[in-house]
Amino acid sequence: MVRFATPQEQATRKATRAALGETLIELHEEGVPVVAVDADLAGSTTLGKFGSAYPDRFFNAGIAEQNMMDVAAGLALAGNVAFTGSFAVFGTGRAYDQIRNTVAYSGLDVKICPTHAGVSVGPDGGSHQMLEDVALMRVIPGVTVLVPADYAAAKAAIRLAAETPGPVYVRMGRADVPMVYGAGVELQVGRAYVLREGTDVTIVANGVEIREALIAADRLAEEGVSAEVVDAFCVKPLDVDTIVGSIAKTGRAVVCEEHSVIGGLCSAVTEALAEHHPAPCSFVAMRDCFGKSGSFEELMEHFGLNSDAIVEHVKKITA
Amino acid sequence: MDLNELQAKANEMRIDIVKSIAEAGSGHPGGSLSCADILAALYFGGVLDHDPHNPTWKERDRFILAKGHAAPALYAALAHAGYFPTAELLTLRTWGSRLQGHPDCRLLPGVEVSTGSLGQGLSIAAGLACGLRISGGDQRVFALLGDGECEEGQVWEAAMFAAHKKCGSLVAIVDSNQLQIDGNVADVVQTGTLAEKFAAFGWQVKEVDGHDMADLVDVLGACKSAGGDKPHAVIAHTVKGKGVGFMENKVAWHGKAPNLEEFAFAMADLGAEGGC
Repeated sequence: MVRFATPQEQATRKATRAALGETLIELHEEGVPVVAVDADLAGSTTLGKFGSAYPDRFFNAGIAEQNMMDVAAGLALAGNVAFTGSFAVFGTGRAYDQIRNTVAYSGLDVKICPTHAGVSVGPDGGSHQMLEDVALMRVIPGVTVLVPADYAAAKAAIRLAAETPGPVYVRMGRADVPMVYGAGVELQVGRAYVLREGTDVTIVANGVEIREALIAADRLAEEGVSAEVVDAFCVKPLDVDTIVGSIAKTGRAVVCEEHSVIGGLCSAVTEALAEHHPAPCSFVAMRDCFGKSGSFEELMEHFGLNSDAIVEHVKKITA
Repeated sequence: MDLNELQAKANEMRIDIVKSIAEAGSGHPGGSLSCADILAALYFGGVLDHDPHNPTWKERDRFILAKGHAAPALYAALAHAGYFPTAELLTLRTWGSRLQGHPDCRLLPGVEVSTGSLGQGLSIAAGLACGLRISGGDQRVFALLGDGECEEGQVWEAAMFAAHKKCGSLVAIVDSNQLQIDGNVADVVQTGTLAEKFAAFGWQVKEVDGHDMADLVDVLGACKSAGGDKPHAVIAHTVKGKGVGFMENKVAWHGKAPNLEEFAFAMADLGAEGGC
């Protein structure tokens, strides 16, 4: 059973990245042969926590993401479950060929877990706001792609990464976000979760968009629109039955992600719909553009990613 | 094997390299022939501890072909060592074969990791050395790079990392044949004196004639048994296309197969009996 956050938990704001280092410590203490490699961002990614606890199992590659990824590949070849860090923009983009040609092509137990994805890295600006990572990872054969909504889901995703054979991508952010799931929630690869049932429209979302989708659903309910909210935390493999089943029931979908509209969840959902049950869709996502400096909240508003935007999209598609 | 046997083995490997590429109609003969002696020394000269009947034996030394396009040389070494039948060498690059154009570890026993994208093998080897050390093993990790490959920046990221992490069990061998696909390494982008570069990065460096079997066995054997914290680099000076006269030092033979007439000349050069 999926456990949702208690009111007390909902009041706690925590970044998904905070789950990384501490979950690796737990996994190691449970006997999983975890190792971690970072690229001079161990403080930011929280992998440094794991490194402080188990210095012989942590490797700082310095500012060298390509080497980071292939060192992790070598560590995996020696029988370890190897996690990599860095920011999403470098940890996927700079190391793409290493992920594609070594990690994925060899089918290695490397868990690509960078943080600071999306616009959550705010003031750092467009160079650091990675909005194409889900697309880059999803297109590689054999890579499992997880986009957790909150701290509890991130812990679950990191555990899933450790126990799922082969490469897994876990997308984490920097922004403190309220808890949606309860502490200790267990999620499954290949599953989507219906967080709220509805009849007029299906809002498919993941990551920080889950919180926005739930707020939007509350407001829509006040206006008489019944929205079903589905957490597609596992973008690949996609839970086609749950997602297409929901959209078939409601007749339309608004797909939301803190990512480019190209190649990520929006693409995955529409590919599934086109094949199984064509239906009208609308997208709350970055419209083929780079980010810019600003606060997380400002950027969510400017780029039309917050609950206001979702409400508008739902109204249009249900009109 | 004694020296004569090792040289004969290397020659058999060369014959199989040329045969398999000729049969496939494509492949990379130049860089496969330049490293045939190095691979013979590693696999048959008592350098690598390995067991062809148990390819995943935990205590084995590891070999990574960073220059993955020399796959025909690796396949010849593995087949002659007994990882799979030598007859399979003639399936190189064909539909349904385990002998892919570049090595695929998910298909072929004895291939530690899939390679082909240059610049990555040394990082993988460094990570593997670190990983084996965590487990308390004293296995050695050998990686074979091309000199053109050393134009990849990641090689130097790995060189810095391995020295910093005191990867004394790591041995990088550079097959320095002076040529790359677009011409002389010196003309494309001069890599400079690789021995000095690796030494400056904190490596223990030796240079060797990459076709002198006695030297190769001595130097590689010494790297295997050496103690200390410094990773080892062996710059092997080689001739691209070595053993086939018309291919030697000719960049044109980086990546093409011989036609029937050329194949006959090649077999004659290598003293092969019975031709194709």
